[in-house]
Amino acid sequence: MSGKNMEEKVEQATNSKNISLPVSRVRLIMKSSPDVSCINQDALFLTTKATELFVQHLALSSYKNGSGKETNTLSYSDLANVAEETETFQFLTDILPKKILARDYLKSLEEMEKDDENL
Amino acid sequence: MAERPEDLNLPNAVITRIIKEALPDGVNVSKEARRAISQAASVFVLYATSCANNFAMKAKRKTLNAGDVMSAMEEMEFERFLQPLREALEAYKKGQKGKKEASEQKRKDKEKKSSSTDENDKSRDEEEDEHMDDEQ
Repeated sequence: MSGKNMEEKVEQATNSKNISLPVSRVRLIMKSSPDVSCINQDALFLTTKATELFVQHLALSSYKNGSGKETNTLSYSDLANVAEETETFQFLTDILPKKILARDYLKSLEEMEKDDENL
Repeated sequence: MAERPEDLNLPNAVITRIIKEALPDGVNVSKEARRAISQAASVFVLYATSCANNFAMKAKRKTLNAGDVMSAMEEMEFERFLQPLREALEAYKKGQKGKKEASEQKRKDKEKKSSSTDENDKSRDEEEDEHMDDEQ
């Protein structure tokens, strides 16, 4: 057995689960979903691992898509933008709404009222 | 059901670590962005679970299995996750198998030990008898 194989085996032994998120917490969230009765252990593992992959994917996509490259910071608006612009992240638009300034919102309200009056 | 809101959130420290590992070195992440990603992750779990559950129900099963989760990923258009998930599952199963074999081996060893100590007592008695003969 070559030295490299031994290293891989040791690594596999230490991260035999290979996940960082707590499986118990993921299970709690899954159980809160209606109509779910039992969850097989492999399914629980896969969901946990998928969630980790998702976090990586969301963070990296938001960073690449955003203006963070200049400021070297990933900000909330980067996330809100990617949720609106990317199809696979659209299920997040409700929890990652774009933020607008209060005055802009009030302005748009005024304009809507004007339109109503004109009708 | 009285569930505290924190219970459905994932631990911040772990989320932060995963984010940092995914981004290039030295990139900062605002507190708000971190919180938002954590919430997005919880929503992802719910969405994936509900999707996987649909597949299980279609197959008239009450238990969500690995196949349902994989089908859900495809449905949600996260095909990029499929290969890494398959590999991770294989490694996980091997680990589980190893643990099961290790605990079975332990049990077998225990059984062997308890039966061999009986044999040792027998042979000790026999030796004592021999000594007595020698002394005479």
